[in-house]
Amino acid sequence: MRFSRKNLGIPYAVFLLLFVVAPLIVIVIYAFTNGQGQFTLENLTGFFTDPNTLGTLFYSLAIAFVTTVVCLLLAYPIAYILAMSELRTKSVIIMVFVLPMWINFSLRITALKEVLTLIEGNLARYPFTNAVVGITYDFLPFMILPIYTTLSKLDGALREAAMDLGADDLHTFLQVTLPLSVPGIVSGVSMVFLPAMTNYVVLDMLYNSTYIMGSLIGSYFSAYNWHGGSMIALILLAIICLFTLLTTEPGEENERGGALL
Amino acid sequence: MVKILKRAYLIIMLLFIYLPILILAVYSFTSATQIGAIRGFSLQNYVTLFTTPELTDMIRGTLLLALGSAAIATVLGTLGAIGAFYSGKRVSTLIGSLNQVPVVNADVVTGFSICILLVVVFHISKDTFIPLVAGHVTLCAPFVFLSVMPKIKQMDSSIYEAALDLGATPLTALFEIVIPQIVPGIVSGFALAITLSLDDYFISTYTKPAMFDTISTYVVNATKGSQTTIKTALWALSTVIFAVVVLIVIGMNVRALQKEGGSHAKE
Repeated sequence: MRFSRKNLGIPYAVFLLLFVVAPLIVIVIYAFTNGQGQFTLENLTGFFTDPNTLGTLFYSLAIAFVTTVVCLLLAYPIAYILAMSELRTKSVIIMVFVLPMWINFSLRITALKEVLTLIEGNLARYPFTNAVVGITYDFLPFMILPIYTTLSKLDGALREAAMDLGADDLHTFLQVTLPLSVPGIVSGVSMVFLPAMTNYVVLDMLYNSTYIMGSLIGSYFSAYNWHGGSMIALILLAIICLFTLLTTEPGEENERGGALL
Repeated sequence: MVKILKRAYLIIMLLFIYLPILILAVYSFTSATQIGAIRGFSLQNYVTLFTTPELTDMIRGTLLLALGSAAIATVLGTLGAIGAFYSGKRVSTLIGSLNQVPVVNADVVTGFSICILLVVVFHISKDTFIPLVAGHVTLCAPFVFLSVMPKIKQMDSSIYEAALDLGATPLTALFEIVIPQIVPGIVSGFALAITLSLDDYFISTYTKPAMFDTISTYVVNATKGSQTTIKTALWALSTVIFAVVVLIVIGMNVRALQKEGGSHAKE
């Protein structure tokens, strides 16, 4: 057989079929069957009629929403100040801001937990706040980096043009810089919002015992209930798809991976 | 005035990010079992960290898993990117979209679904480490693919054609011409794969053998327990990792500066 560069992709294509496509198919099958292997909609209707699981869904959405907004409000000024600054060392400073990304998250949350315990005394008193602070602490770099990247690629001439045409600083920001930085915001939001709905270890470690969507999968997993767990996974997948469709412009390639590099 | 405010904001944010890690680092050198308590200097936590088999095994296991999965992911992802680039538009779009699935998917879902497929459906024992490694490669390979792809797109394809015209076999041309041009993408993909694997909790927790722990799964369980010697030894671990990361980042920056200096000298 003649060597062709196309064929180099075969192992990866097979790998994707085995470990990406096949697990998804299995999840769908398990979500719509019961322990006897019969087709059922019970897992689906069960989720949407049980006040507990619905509560979990709304609690996750609330945590994710608040965390994303907090991250955005904290990260945008950092990215903006650094991207607009004339400092020669700004690439080093941005590195300092995102460096914690490379420290194991469980150890960072341990550190945060000790400090919060010192400040609050009893962590159990502020479960919602702690969850928001914890996830923000964990994911802030993932919000800073894409916004910084987008802002530092902006053509300064556009801002100068706005100024020349009589816009003040505020209007230049609101009508030129901010709209142009939307792609960075979108990719930052997508990197914070979904983990905030699912990363239940952060809540666990900070003694917030309320379930979020991820914890439901964890509890079904511990109970060997593959069918219930699969349905939650499927619902999460649906939310993720919806989110991706909303945040990806048609024809635009998702740069989430690229933003990390 | 604005400048001072800007500086102050950056400093406050840096304090928010670094203070917990630094406080933990200071306390890791004392015999205190709780932040806020004042105790004398002690290296006991570091002794515990490096002499307790449970801890050293867990650290070694995490590193081996990260290196192994990252190596497999790098080979698969790189070959996949080259293959996808030279395939027809439909195949290449298909591989690109499937590649995106683990990237946008929640790790809980990725880990859980791989566990169901391999362990529940195919009865592969978690003790074989196959589900764990498969899970970590699934987590990492897509990011290698994504970091290699732009380099392939930037590559000058005429050099490859020239090599073929000059009599190189396609395979030689691949290794001598294509791979060297995309090395930066491969290296950053490998580095990213290692950090993803090291940081992972969810995929490990759903696919690992019961007696095996990664740093993340170990720390999460340890914080639930009440063993203070282990708890404070983990402060030492956090400090060691922090120091290593800082050194690597400094090293990378120094190298980047030297390169910059070098290229200026040439001009």
